[in-house]
Amino acid sequence: MPNVSVQEAISQALTEEMRRDPRVLIFGEGVATKRYDMVKEFGAQRVRNTPLAEGIIAGTAAGAAATGLRPVVDLLFSPFLCFAMEEIVNSAGKLRYISGGQFSFPMVAMALTGAGWGVGAQHNQNNEAWFVHSPGLKVVMPSTPADFKGLLKAAIRDENPVLFFTDIALAFESGEIPAGGEIVPLGKAAVRREGTDVTLISYAKTVHSCMKAAERLAEREISAQVIDLRTLKPLDEETILNAARKTGRIIVVHEASRMCGVGAEVASIVAEKAFASLKAPVKRLTGPDAPAPASFPLEQAFVPQPDAIVEAAVQLVEYGQTVAVRNLPDVAVAK
Amino acid sequence: MDRQRVRTGTDETQAATPAALLETMMLIRAYELKLPEIGIKMVCTSVGQEASAAGVVHALAAEDLILTNHRSAGHLIARGADPGRMLAEVMGKSTGYCKGKSGTLHISVKDLGIVLTSTIVGGELSLAPGVALSQQQLERPGIVACFFGDGAATEGVFHESLNLAAKWNLPILYICENNQWQAYVHRRETMLTDHISTWAAKYGIESLTVDGNDVTAVHAAARVAADKVRTARKPFFLETYTFRMHGHMEADDLSYVDREELAAWAAKDPIQRQTERIVREGLLSAEDVAQMETRVRSTIESAVAFAGSSPYPELSELTTEIYA
Repeated sequence: MPNVSVQEAISQALTEEMRRDPRVLIFGEGVATKRYDMVKEFGAQRVRNTPLAEGIIAGTAAGAAATGLRPVVDLLFSPFLCFAMEEIVNSAGKLRYISGGQFSFPMVAMALTGAGWGVGAQHNQNNEAWFVHSPGLKVVMPSTPADFKGLLKAAIRDENPVLFFTDIALAFESGEIPAGGEIVPLGKAAVRREGTDVTLISYAKTVHSCMKAAERLAEREISAQVIDLRTLKPLDEETILNAARKTGRIIVVHEASRMCGVGAEVASIVAEKAFASLKAPVKRLTGPDAPAPASFPLEQAFVPQPDAIVEAAVQLVEYGQTVAVRNLPDVAVAK
Repeated sequence: MDRQRVRTGTDETQAATPAALLETMMLIRAYELKLPEIGIKMVCTSVGQEASAAGVVHALAAEDLILTNHRSAGHLIARGADPGRMLAEVMGKSTGYCKGKSGTLHISVKDLGIVLTSTIVGGELSLAPGVALSQQQLERPGIVACFFGDGAATEGVFHESLNLAAKWNLPILYICENNQWQAYVHRRETMLTDHISTWAAKYGIESLTVDGNDVTAVHAAARVAADKVRTARKPFFLETYTFRMHGHMEADDLSYVDREELAAWAAKDPIQRQTERIVREGLLSAEDVAQMETRVRSTIESAVAFAGSSPYPELSELTTEIYA
């Protein structure tokens, strides 16, 4: 299998889908400037630069999607989505329902997010849960080049508005991807590592932290299962519950802040539907409820790190075997 | 009233007759006045602005698409929407155009080309370029008519929309119904200029302001404007200068409105003006007008009966049509 970067995987997905379907087009700030090869192949009508105005970019995508096109828009950094919330949430997310099903919105809105480039809080906020909480939207946040490609292809073919988040730290990572145009279906989590003692549930860059943690746990003879949610909405409840029933110990790890985050939903699903299987409380390891800092050590401290995941896993495995459980740290700090 | 006749009366090559324009305005007025009469007061009406809706919509072709807003009854009726299904929607009934899921504020009728109605002020302006991009990209002949008010013109997305439409040569007829009121605030409190059309020129968009209470003038201007968009394939900005004679919604007592200003605009009532003109010019007799009024009343009574006897949606509809 060829080794490609996430950027290349995204380009491949866009190119393949635009070849396949003439209704697909892409526009946004600098899209035509950065993807000149696509301008050459598909023409300036289908690969467009736009004014630096996220509201009208997203609104234009919604209007076009409802009337026959399948737009992909690049909104650059996730905090800029604030300027596009009206168009994404009120128009794309609601007008299908409001109209009694008269319209659909096959569109993809892409944005970068997460710690890694030291861009600070106005270019980095893991706000994916905002969109999970809004009706009518789907939310994707991959962790591997193969998934970036396969999920983006699925998102473009989906009949609904999809938020497609790229974790900044993964944007230039490389990995193997299948040579063909494999689709990765939305709404299906991936089991990245099998294990029997504890399940680490994550998405985006912290999946890799969980994989490292699982290796270290193996050295301590703790078998950790790692699940990559990949799609945050619809959430793959079945895979989550199967994991809870299998290991009875769940740790949810994400960079986004804790309160009302995806981890809260995972924990609730497990508590509501697999309570009897639990051997220990569900644990969340998340970023703090703080704007993302720019300074490298602070930014790293913002992100749950492998050592903290190991520590939490050990404590869950020891739960009930010790007299009392220490309070686990809420925020993982780099070591 | 023969709905189909109104629809085909919008042929781009043929102007609507003065009588058709009058009857459309009468029907809009009768529909909107009926709402508070039957106890529906949480509704935004366009009483006094009927000439704008009738004059512009009758200038559009069947293949054109319309985006409108919360004050949409005029646009819907002028396009040929069934008042019965509109009223059913307002009442939350399953026979409404949106199966009762819209209510009064965002009624779309895709089959009539009335798409993506948004009640978020400025929402229609944010969506219009995309609809026009589809027309352009898919090489469809129809243009896009986007109705909004002076309030929406103060939203940031108004400026984003005009700028993009101008730069991308999008076939959009912007219709600013400058009705002097932005919810509970008079327009003069929010901007320095009387007219929004002057702003359009700064974006490189040709514009025109017309007496929005004169349906003949609106219709003539809209035909010119629509033709320009259709042939030049670029945006045009038409401002219909008018007045919102009722409150922001029907439950509003207008206590904050200057009585003299209200009286001055009442004297320019578009229906009265058109009736007088038609009778004066001998196009219709007073008796013809009376018959028209009877026809309109009967249409509205049928609509009330239809909507009133329609069922509410099944509760299972609560979570349907969220995703495609």
